[in-house]
Amino acid sequence: MIALLTRDLRLAVRAGGGFGLGLAFFLIVTVLVPFGVGPQTDLLTQIAPGILWIGALLACLLSLDRIFALDWEDGSLDLLATAPLPMEGIVSVKALAHWITTGLPLVLVAPALGVLLNLAGPGYLWLFISLALGTPALSVIGTFGAALTVGLKRGGLLMSLLVLPLYVPTLIFGAEVARRGAEGLAVQTPLLMLAGISFGVAALLPFASAAVLRINLR
Amino acid sequence: MDLTASDLTVARGGVPVLDGVSFALAPGRALVLRGPNGAGKTTLLRTVAGLQPAMAGEVTGAGERIAYAGHADGLKSMLSVGENLRFWAQVFGTEGISGALSAFNLETLEDRLAGTLSAGQKRRLGLARLMVTGRPVWVLDEPTVSLDIASVALFAEAVRAHLGQGGSALMATHIDLGIPEADDFDVTPYRAKPRAALQDEAFL
Repeated sequence: MIALLTRDLRLAVRAGGGFGLGLAFFLIVTVLVPFGVGPQTDLLTQIAPGILWIGALLACLLSLDRIFALDWEDGSLDLLATAPLPMEGIVSVKALAHWITTGLPLVLVAPALGVLLNLAGPGYLWLFISLALGTPALSVIGTFGAALTVGLKRGGLLMSLLVLPLYVPTLIFGAEVARRGAEGLAVQTPLLMLAGISFGVAALLPFASAAVLRINLR
Repeated sequence: MDLTASDLTVARGGVPVLDGVSFALAPGRALVLRGPNGAGKTTLLRTVAGLQPAMAGEVTGAGERIAYAGHADGLKSMLSVGENLRFWAQVFGTEGISGALSAFNLETLEDRLAGTLSAGQKRRLGLARLMVTGRPVWVLDEPTVSLDIASVALFAEAVRAHLGQGGSALMATHIDLGIPEADDFDVTPYRAKPRAALQDEAFL
């Protein structure tokens, strides 16, 4: 398991691994929004939590099809399936590697990008917390989508269509935590819901991902 | 423990390709599947390796005892030869890759990126992976593709060494490897009669 995680992380940071792609996308989206909306700082303050969450979500989506596609193409997925690792473990490790290379950097830079959108003072902490709690769910759900579409030629678009609706609850509660935090309201309820979604999908979805992956390998 | 297949029916895309296949493979022996292209050798090997379920019949002595090598070598082009092998050694919980490197004459290439190897060198690395798995039953699909004569000899030697240690090998190949412990198994007589898919693909 640890060997698989180290291999995936090592591959991600080597040339062609796509590390930083999501991060750069997130940066560009966040920079573009103020240009599109115009110099109204009140409006930007209002929409900042939502924009940052949507940006992070799309950046996450961008790198999902790499989770299994590369291993599928070079045949290592077949070999992993015959290795002594349980398939559920493989998909969990893959999701974890995706989160470390994509989700975690997004969480870390999001507060800095909040400045560009004139995020309200108390919002920075809650934006950070909501992303830290919510992005693992994005990776786990995305791994399920990637497992569903592995082996399809140009399955990336289909995967986006399958995964985006599944992202809705995470987005609603994640952005709600950030928004309430920014406005100084109580965040407990959406925060608990967000935590529930994250832990729930992390516990249950790997079984579904493993099952569809087994079917796709036939 | 023998690897046995009894009355096995294997299917590709829901359509049976081989029907009633039975064989037994004892430790120290090799079985070479023969048959024209499209006969179902790959499908049979994938079923034995547990990558797809059998339509009927059963395989015993497989599962966790199998090391499978398919058409693709499963190499990461941005990892070096040594890193690729060490990864699989860790996954299979074995130690030491030097034996595998020397058996396939890869020592001088250990620090090269796998992506910069030639096709034959990649194949040799893919076969060296079998040695680090430590599994007793090798299931090989066309292992000699893109190997030159000298490398085929290396491979035959590695297989014989593996058989000598009580391992066994099931492989599909079209060439003569010169392994005296190997028996031929022609799959052509087991070709399934054409019939419609038994399951509805849409609901799989």
